[in-house]
Amino acid sequence: MDLKQLTDIHAVSGHEQALRRALLAELKDMGLSPRIDRAGNVIVEKQGTDPNGKRVMLSAHMDEVGFIVTSCTSEGFLRIAPCGGIDPRVVISKRVLVGDELIPGVIGAMAIHLQSAADRKRVLDYSDIYVDIGAKDKEEAESKAPKGTYIAFDTDYVLFGDGFVSAKALDDRVGIYTILRLLKEDFPCTIAAAFTSQEEVGCRGGQAAAFGIAPDIGIALEGTTCNDLGDVPATAQVCNAGQGVCVSFMDRASIANRDLFRKTVEIGDAQQIPYQIKRGVAGGNEGGVMQRTRAAVPTVVLSVPCRYIHSPSSVCKLSDIDSQFLLAKALLKTL
Amino acid sequence: MFDILEKVLKPFGPSGMETAVANTVRKEIEPFVDTIETDAMGNLIATKAGTDPNGKKIMFSAHMDHIGFVVTGYEKGGFLRVAPVGGVSVDMSRTRHVSFENGSHGVVVCQPVKGAAQMTDLFIDIGAQDEDEARTMVRLGDMAVYANDCFRLGQNRVASPAMDDRCAVALLVKLLQTVGETKDTIVALFSVQEEVGCRGAKVASFAKEPDIGIALDVTAWGDTPEVTQPAIKLGEGVAVKVMDKLSISHPALREALIEAGEQAGVKVQREVLAFGGTDAGSMQTSRGGIPVCTVSIPCRYVHSACEVIDMRDMDAALTMLKAWLNK
Repeated sequence: MDLKQLTDIHAVSGHEQALRRALLAELKDMGLSPRIDRAGNVIVEKQGTDPNGKRVMLSAHMDEVGFIVTSCTSEGFLRIAPCGGIDPRVVISKRVLVGDELIPGVIGAMAIHLQSAADRKRVLDYSDIYVDIGAKDKEEAESKAPKGTYIAFDTDYVLFGDGFVSAKALDDRVGIYTILRLLKEDFPCTIAAAFTSQEEVGCRGGQAAAFGIAPDIGIALEGTTCNDLGDVPATAQVCNAGQGVCVSFMDRASIANRDLFRKTVEIGDAQQIPYQIKRGVAGGNEGGVMQRTRAAVPTVVLSVPCRYIHSPSSVCKLSDIDSQFLLAKALLKTL
Repeated sequence: MFDILEKVLKPFGPSGMETAVANTVRKEIEPFVDTIETDAMGNLIATKAGTDPNGKKIMFSAHMDHIGFVVTGYEKGGFLRVAPVGGVSVDMSRTRHVSFENGSHGVVVCQPVKGAAQMTDLFIDIGAQDEDEARTMVRLGDMAVYANDCFRLGQNRVASPAMDDRCAVALLVKLLQTVGETKDTIVALFSVQEEVGCRGAKVASFAKEPDIGIALDVTAWGDTPEVTQPAIKLGEGVAVKVMDKLSISHPALREALIEAGEQAGVKVQREVLAFGGTDAGSMQTSRGGIPVCTVSIPCRYVHSACEVIDMRDMDAALTMLKAWLNK
């Protein structure tokens, strides 16, 4: 599967079935034997060439941020809550797909004509926002999208500019894409790859996957905040699109194992693989749950800079996605 | 006790970089324990076997890490931008002397701001001429701590930026050195990354499966002008925790500790803390659950560059723990 096919699939946290099915088929086609654990993670192992090699867990989460239907208004509009962190300011007037039937919908808010001066200064939150699926009444809306129905962004995958891609769910389909590429390579270590569920709501799948796999080393393959915009001072940009994969020394979920962190950047230097050290500690990822599973695991996080992350249209540079693959591959050769 | 305290206060050790502390501790305890190991997160775990084959396995934890700063970027003039490692206060950090693992020094400065300053308003001046020189002195991801310091304050008290939790590290070292034979097995955990969420104790308690867990840590004070809570006083004895934000102590274990202390003739204070947490929180919920309690050393100005304890409370803690182990 290529990145377009991966991002076109809808897999909001807790409802990853469509991606799970696609991955199972893809992995079987590759001659591997994937399994599904009880947390809904897809796990696949590939023996290393060294029978005494280490067991390395690679994690990338299947789920993307989206919405869930919480109720329906008397007029037939859907009330929603976010699954994962989505700034309500970025969702107004966006097209969405509702439920497994992919019913088209639009995220609505009061028209500018009707807003008071005070309204215009106020940031809308989810109590002001609804999804319009064109239902004629409450009954029709409830039958098409009952409470608990999942909603995903409806965004086209677009290649544009100087090697950039815009799509929904780049966080973390880039990581899945990288793992699928890595599984085609041979390494001395055994790879235990986990395509995980429910990362965006608290690394829930990853916690179960790490415990089940019991790895010797963990590598999280992620997408991360990239704030390299014109009016942001350099020290607040976190990372820059186009300057390579990010290696993290610390974030909200974990402090990288110092030896593994140093080893990773030294490999990047020696093999001239574009990388950057992430200049921020915000955000969390599965590095934390892997590190602290069982009796502790050394972990490191490799992430692709992703502008406008957790929005309907996130942007990555293709060369950074390639760097993630190259650095992970080079590191795995040495483990 | 002061000698060992002075030794363990010295090594550099923000969360995630505790190796130097572990090396110092290892030297001190080696002759007194049966095994010492280091796990994948850097926890130093020593075991001292008990005499009774049916004895319990009791884990004591004292965390080696303390709060600090991590370098997240460079400013053109050669200044560093930082993020907090653990609960660092902006106010307590203004114009503080800090030091790095490689020996570089710095001064934490707050740029002029309107309203309350944020961590993003702080920078560290390391004496670099420009950004290029700064990059040769300190790397991204390097950490700084309030510069090492240790001085006596009056007759009984000692101040240091690393008192939380090196005073408990000293206490645990001293316990291993002086307790002698015990019926129960002692697992001494010198833990990592407590200040960022009691992370080290989580994996160590999974690995060691103790029957009882006791965290040794500092607690806050209520005996300075306009501060009355928690109702804890320096010099009034060791504190035994009833609860904090992360754990509620096992009532029978808590009372047994208090009783052992009182019978041994030391002053014991009951501690209820409306905030904070210790490694006991991580131990308690490990595997199928473990009875836990926290034994605290009262400490003024916790998470500042001058954390103050009273050595009499350290002695009381040691006496109480020994009396409890020998019951």
